[in-house]
Amino acid sequence: MTKYVRRRYIAAKIDGNKEFNEKEAFGAVWNSLTRLFGEYGASLAELSLVEYNEERRQVIFRCSHKALDMVKASIVAIIEVANEKACIRVIRVSGTLKSLRTKMANLP
Amino acid sequence: MKFYIDLHLCLQTSNFFHVNSMVEKAAALGYKTVGITISSNATIEEIQKLKELCSSFGVDFVTRIDLAPKSVEELLKNLRNLRRKAEVISIECLSKQVARQAAKDRRVDLIRFSLVNPKRRFFDVAEAELASGSSATLEIDMAPLLTLQGFRRVVLLSSLRREVQIANKARVPIVLSSGADEPILLRGADDYCSLAYLFGMERFEARKAFSENPKAIVERNRRKLSIDFVAPGVHVVRRGKS
Repeated sequence: MTKYVRRRYIAAKIDGNKEFNEKEAFGAVWNSLTRLFGEYGASLAELSLVEYNEERRQVIFRCSHKALDMVKASIVAIIEVANEKACIRVIRVSGTLKSLRTKMANLP
Repeated sequence: MKFYIDLHLCLQTSNFFHVNSMVEKAAALGYKTVGITISSNATIEEIQKLKELCSSFGVDFVTRIDLAPKSVEELLKNLRNLRRKAEVISIECLSKQVARQAAKDRRVDLIRFSLVNPKRRFFDVAEAELASGSSATLEIDMAPLLTLQGFRRVVLLSSLRREVQIANKARVPIVLSSGADEPILLRGADDYCSLAYLFGMERFEARKAFSENPKAIVERNRRKLSIDFVAPGVHVVRRGKS
């Protein structure tokens, strides 16, 4: 029997003067994660990008619930995306994608 | 209700556009109170202008003076002259003697240490014991954690982790501040709490360091600076008519 893996979904928003694509946003978080916690730490995080809304500059990441603090710290530590000054702010964290979307929809 | 305070915005107070953008961003990130460093010879008009700007964004303004004395004599002289001028006095300890004096002096609110030179971080057990007996609080700026990279960040994180442990053991309060000098380095308090995980601070501790601890300092000093204050524990309740 396979073990149930608990996940966390993180909604974040990119602040910067330039438009960024999905690859650049994920690359920035991935680089920050490997810089702070190394390749071993990054492997524990099981980080992946679920959704990217280029218009609203919102991105949803998925990670292991045990590595949530690591991933959040990595997101906050970003000061550059694709060699442009930018930062990423964590908006909401949730256990399911459905509840995250509901929470996001209720945001002012 | 969340009440977050950033006691250290590093602004060029002469540059109105810079001050405006930083205060606007701080307000947007949910800070209710911001501490802005003023120069020791700032005029009342300059302070009033900053106060008006902050209140236009719905943010409470706290005056703060940063001192970096080279000797104990210089520290004492500055404290005598400036204590009643600002609501918060922060000392950057450049030597061990200054650090010890700052930790035991009740007029000092915040003690800070070099963020780039680990040999100039004097927050050890003796320093913590002195600080716990007075009102001094350990201040940690978060901006260098974003700007430093590689070995320097590793050394800083390691020093901070040790100091947080020492401060918790000696019950010295910790204040986390942004220390940001440009809007891109400014983050919300919750984001900074996530970053505090890197040097071993629990989320509730980090939240306290961004809300209750700085609030206690500001309230205590505002009480002391008010005209009703007479002496510790004695204040004017009501004034007679004549």
